[in-house]
Amino acid sequence: MAGSIDLHGLLTTDPVVATAGAGLLSDALRDQAVVVGEAQWQPPPEDSVDALLRVMADRRRSEANSLALQRMTAAGADLVDVRPAHEALGLERGTFLHAGPPLEWERASGPMRGALIGAVLFEGLADTAEEAERQLAAAAYVLEPCHHRDAVGPMAGVVSPSMWVYELRDEVHDHTSWCSLNEGLGKVLRYGAYGPEVIDRLHWMNSVLGPLLQQAVRARGPVDIKAVIAQMLQMGDEGHNRNRAGSLMLLRELLPTLITADGSSTDIAEAVRFSGANEHFFLNLGMPACKLSTMAAEGIPGSTVVTTMARNGTDFGIRTAGTGDRWFTAPANTPEGLFLGSYGPDDANPDIGDSAITETAGIGGFAMAAAPAIVKFVGGDVPFALRTTRTMYDITVGEHTAYQVPILEFRGTPTAIDVTAVVRTGTLPQINTGMAGRVAGTGQVGAGLVTPPAECFTQALDALAEAAPAAATS
Amino acid sequence: MTDHVELRSGVYVDSVSLMQVSRRVAATPGVEAAQVAMATELNLDVLRGMGFDVPEASPNDLVVAVRADDESAVAAGRAAVDHALAALRTTSDSAGGFGEAPPPRTLGAAIDAVHADLALVSVPGSHAAVEAFDAIDRGVSVMVFSDNVDVDTEVLLKDAAADRGVLVMGPDCGTAVVGGVALGFANVVAPGRVGLVAASGTGAQQVMSLLDAAGVGISHCLGVGGRDLSSRVAGRSTRQALAALAADEGTDAIIVVSKPPALEVLADLEAYAAGLGTPVHWATLGAGRPDLTTALEAVLDALGEPRPTWPAWDVPQQPVSAGSLRGLFCGGTLADEAMLVAGEGLGDIRSNIPLRPDLAVSSDLRAEGHVVLDFGDDGLTRGRAHPMIDPTLRLERIAVEAADPGCGVLLLDLVLGHGSHPDPGGELAEAVRSARATAAAAGRDLPVVVSLTGTEADPQGLTRCAESLRSAGASVFLSNAAAVRRAVSLVSTSEEA
Repeated sequence: MAGSIDLHGLLTTDPVVATAGAGLLSDALRDQAVVVGEAQWQPPPEDSVDALLRVMADRRRSEANSLALQRMTAAGADLVDVRPAHEALGLERGTFLHAGPPLEWERASGPMRGALIGAVLFEGLADTAEEAERQLAAAAYVLEPCHHRDAVGPMAGVVSPSMWVYELRDEVHDHTSWCSLNEGLGKVLRYGAYGPEVIDRLHWMNSVLGPLLQQAVRARGPVDIKAVIAQMLQMGDEGHNRNRAGSLMLLRELLPTLITADGSSTDIAEAVRFSGANEHFFLNLGMPACKLSTMAAEGIPGSTVVTTMARNGTDFGIRTAGTGDRWFTAPANTPEGLFLGSYGPDDANPDIGDSAITETAGIGGFAMAAAPAIVKFVGGDVPFALRTTRTMYDITVGEHTAYQVPILEFRGTPTAIDVTAVVRTGTLPQINTGMAGRVAGTGQVGAGLVTPPAECFTQALDALAEAAPAAATS
Repeated sequence: MTDHVELRSGVYVDSVSLMQVSRRVAATPGVEAAQVAMATELNLDVLRGMGFDVPEASPNDLVVAVRADDESAVAAGRAAVDHALAALRTTSDSAGGFGEAPPPRTLGAAIDAVHADLALVSVPGSHAAVEAFDAIDRGVSVMVFSDNVDVDTEVLLKDAAADRGVLVMGPDCGTAVVGGVALGFANVVAPGRVGLVAASGTGAQQVMSLLDAAGVGISHCLGVGGRDLSSRVAGRSTRQALAALAADEGTDAIIVVSKPPALEVLADLEAYAAGLGTPVHWATLGAGRPDLTTALEAVLDALGEPRPTWPAWDVPQQPVSAGSLRGLFCGGTLADEAMLVAGEGLGDIRSNIPLRPDLAVSSDLRAEGHVVLDFGDDGLTRGRAHPMIDPTLRLERIAVEAADPGCGVLLLDLVLGHGSHPDPGGELAEAVRSARATAAAAGRDLPVVVSLTGTEADPQGLTRCAESLRSAGASVFLSNAAAVRRAVSLVSTSEEA
């Protein structure tokens, strides 16, 4: 016989009882003046019952998930450099990274196609959009998920070799992650626009903004992005759809060395104006910081923690700590929310972008309670924001030690999504997101809320069940 | 008459609450019959049996069936369904503004929310182990009230619990008392120095009630599940419970209560218990072994406590001239004990939980001769509440026996305490009165004997229930063994005659 004989003090303390099931039994306890925590239990999908049991019975699960949470919250994230993608990522000419799980041109959505066309034009591989499209359709180029190179890209997430990227380091776990520079709002490549003003802006970013930021970062030394995220949550940002405080704080860190960089005062002024005017400037730093957090949890056998949630405009894909590089995909949902100008629901493309890495790491929609101002933008109210964050605790392993929500008494944000909890409760992760126009070349049409398809989680659960050791009873 | 059947998906309500909903709907004026239930095979069978046309459904669908005088009465019935379902929710979902957090959705989240040190699982059996593992992984002992958990899973749960130093009570554990708190079905008894380890819910309740009648209180009653002393489970939880009680300062003596155990497991446990330093007594049923009352009398002797006269509320009843013993039980162990005790005088007894495989009744539960049925058995509770909560099936069978000339004597159990029906005595007394009337109308006398397990402090009141049964014509005994012997005396005399 193993284990302690005092059953953790069960016989010597007044019982506090948690219940799941018949309300009558809970009522009987309350009648005896016992403190009762009653789960509002609902049955999981019938098809998942066996897999759930198998995974819950896996003796590795609990420790593996604790380890995943511990690593995710311990991961550091320092901005250490700004470099062209071909240098930083070893990205070869003719290879293009994109958001989400693997995708072929044939299945690519409008905004993804628009962004790829723009990137081909930007790289000078074609002179016209038609030619670029023909080349892409003929599979002349290699398409690869950003995630496969430890990078992340917002919306279409297209990264071409010449584009400049931020380089972030997690010294705790010796990981590096990358993300492109933010182009601002409106008609931009990441939303699928590829007109001349889009390409011109990308060229300016390459020739002016990137080199200036590089000088600023190198002269200043590493910028602690994790600390900026912790502060922005206390200043009303959630780090996915609202990055105002984060963007200003980052600018504050970079301004002294940016101003003194080797460049014309006109270029420096333009770089500062561009960065300062762009409320989502920080998003492209928050995302790779979150990527570092989730990378730290990768490859933990038996862990049911989600390490990736990403969308390519066609599919939603997730990966888990216990199943390695394998993607579990299903058709992406279309976000619901508010629309710019005269755009409406019919103009919106299905969910797209690697930015759900923020939710995967415990901010974004999961930190919505920290950002009451966001709720108008995503079509909710303040109680909704509070309820959303509190609900996410039910599907996460624990709380972040650095990222906190002031209005919830500085409780840590819900962190480390547990596949078993998602399937058991039917509660899907809440994602705050932008909306791209369905038609290539349109750009952004709105912003709102979306959830992953439940099938991603039931598939991942089945794979985790297969990977669980045979239920050895003796 | 108009029938209405509809399915609602995405709604789950436990069977106990749905029984309350069904009753409320059936009471709507113009409604002839109503059944609101999760669409399990068993419930669908019940609906088909009621003559409803039942569509394809999954067990996660809620099925609403209403039979009423006309369309407007159907509409009233459906409105009553909505109203009753909504009423179930009002207590839990009132969050708004900065108010309450949303209710936890898993047992683990509920444990975290209140920092629980004990968990109680009563979700349907196929889901119970998932919730139980959640508790074990959080270092919390768990009572699994649910039945229909397979035995391999039970072993996995118990091994996992032993690894973490916590106890799994169950599966199919109906009764526990921890630190004075009753979980599931349990009687209200005084605190005392005797600890119980029970592989039997109603067996534990019988022993608790007898101890109470003898003026002896209990420290804790740790349930271990009806299969714990089987060869397969090999006493895994019993060992942990024995060790915990032996280490407990408030426990001076331990009684192990069980249905017939595997003999090699019993032998191992006896050897284990001998090394614990706290005396362990065995109220484990089996052929040639003492019944629970006799076993308890020996414990009282060992404790130096006087044996009381066990309470009885007898009425004079004439032995019958024809017919067999028909025992209809809610308590599995009480049924086991009834078969063992009655078998000594009457020979073979057929059952759905037979002492030997060849004595099994067919799936319609019908057989000639002496029959004892356990309505709390897994096979009869899949997808519905335990008969101690929902007595419908047994009440139906009482009526069937009343009309059957083959039924000579009716033997029933009734178990009081927390978790049981709020007025079980009144309802059963009504059934007894009506059964005797049915038999009388057919020119038969139908003696009825009731084994009543309970204490005066129970919410339903022992004497009050006993008196109402006696006034309906039944002989009532606190000791189940005594009740069985009384019933046997009424049939066996007739057979000798």
